[in-house]
Amino acid sequence: MLHVSCFMIKELHNKLISKEITSVQLTEEYFARIKEQDKNLNAYLTLTKELALKQARKVDEKIAAGVEIGMIEGIPGAIKDNLCVTGVRTTAASKILDNYIAPFDATVVIKLEEAGAVFLGKTNMDEFAMGSSTEKSAYGSTKNPVDLERVPGGSSGGSAASVASGEAVWALGTDTGGSIRQPASFCGVVGLKPTYGRVSRYGAIAMASSLDQIGPITKTVEDAAIILSVISGEDKMDATSAQSPAKDYTKYLTGEVSGLKIGVVKDYLEKLTGEVKISFEKVVEKYRELGAEIKEIELPNAKYSLPVYYIIMPCEVSSNLARFDGVKFGMRAEDHEDTQLDFLPEDRNLIETYLDSRRYGIGAEPKRRIMLGTYALSSGYYDAYYLRAQKVRTLIKQDFEKAFEAVDLILTPTTPSPAFKFGEKTADPIQMYLEDIFTITANIVGVPAISVPGPTVEVDGKQLPQGFQLMGKWFDEENLLRAAHAYEIATK
Amino acid sequence: MLSKEEVQHIAGLARIGVDEKDLEKFATDLSAVLDWIEELKEVDVSGVEPTAHITGMQNRLREDKMSEFENKAEIINLFPDKKDNFGKVKSIL
Repeated sequence: MLHVSCFMIKELHNKLISKEITSVQLTEEYFARIKEQDKNLNAYLTLTKELALKQARKVDEKIAAGVEIGMIEGIPGAIKDNLCVTGVRTTAASKILDNYIAPFDATVVIKLEEAGAVFLGKTNMDEFAMGSSTEKSAYGSTKNPVDLERVPGGSSGGSAASVASGEAVWALGTDTGGSIRQPASFCGVVGLKPTYGRVSRYGAIAMASSLDQIGPITKTVEDAAIILSVISGEDKMDATSAQSPAKDYTKYLTGEVSGLKIGVVKDYLEKLTGEVKISFEKVVEKYRELGAEIKEIELPNAKYSLPVYYIIMPCEVSSNLARFDGVKFGMRAEDHEDTQLDFLPEDRNLIETYLDSRRYGIGAEPKRRIMLGTYALSSGYYDAYYLRAQKVRTLIKQDFEKAFEAVDLILTPTTPSPAFKFGEKTADPIQMYLEDIFTITANIVGVPAISVPGPTVEVDGKQLPQGFQLMGKWFDEENLLRAAHAYEIATK
Repeated sequence: MLSKEEVQHIAGLARIGVDEKDLEKFATDLSAVLDWIEELKEVDVSGVEPTAHITGMQNRLREDKMSEFENKAEIINLFPDKKDNFGKVKSIL
């Protein structure tokens, strides 16, 4: 048996074309590994073995017939459970979608399928991607493979844990405020949030449409570049997808950063403490060594990113989650007589369907955000909240435009601390929200950002992964991946 | 601080049934976030245009053309309650 957990896409591709292993064997090995360890990790919500073996057999037939195969062909990966795969249960980790079988494919799923990828299953997440620890899943939390007492991060915690534990070669996540990068940082893997619009969002269960982006979680930067090359590109099904064709991002992984200007944010540096600070300083030093020019920059309005996010996101959430009402699909609650709203119109029947389906089908965190958004958008509050937040968003964007006149990339830690323990931050929502302090700005301004494992940090005598984040100019995934890759190979 | 009545009103607008015993917890949590985002009031936004689409994309028009969806039966299967090919809902009158 191969030690499948150690392999990256290109290595496995070479093993497939040299006929050292078949895609079916490889897929079976991953399912064996999932069977062995996922009862402890809970990274997967649904396994799609039948589909995976069918996809693998098709690739094996091509190889046997001497047909050339693509890089991702026959390589098993995992899909976050808020991305639709036809005929497969897609819950977004919510009870209200417990019985939802997707009748169509997300565009990213079509693209991966056409490229010949193998789908092992759907991964766990915080309900509707709302959370930073996967503790908010309606199906139990995922554990961090590095330390089972700690959270894997979130919301794409299942995807990050599956890759880190060798239960998948690659995985897809979604990122609205850090949901790809933060779990990648916590689990010691790579997570890429592309530029807003780089990847079609069609078929992703929407959380906050002006912030959501789909991206890969992988073991290496090269693997992330391979997946991005497959899933990016304009899509007529997503009017916000960028009008630029997909390209081969692996071409830009030269290992060179000399001449690149990398900015570090003065404000952020001052906030760092302890081991995370030491870890981050080592990363800065490494880039300097590799020939990048390090420059201090300022993003004076970036400090407002979190409050801006906690207005814009809930407003969009309240609108996007209105569709989960027990009418056309998903859970319809049994009738309950204890509804006490006194302002209801006479048509209590249908209203009660709504109220009770949402009361029993949706968890506390999405409810909080729906209500927050409903409040902020209600008559008389729109200007004070949503409109003001969108204006501050403009100011933050202008800060980035100015910064990017001086530098090519911006370097920050991914998270203020490494993976925390279960229950540590569940009591106070704001403590959990602060997890996203370094990642959220990239969503507010739409730039691409990647988390790469940096030097580990010691907590309670244990070495824990700690990621650093690079942010690039809009649609400049090339330099972003190039710099991330250069660090990775220099520190191997 | 939001009152329990205000939370009940917001929940009603959002079509979320809330148990009486949970109203206080929601009032506390929502108020904490609302206090926190008050910070934005200190920013001078006079003359600043709001940003809706971050990469500046403008309206993208397409032909208003119907296309056939293949998995109609699967969509119908998802109806929580149905009669033939119709989704059943409670009376609205």
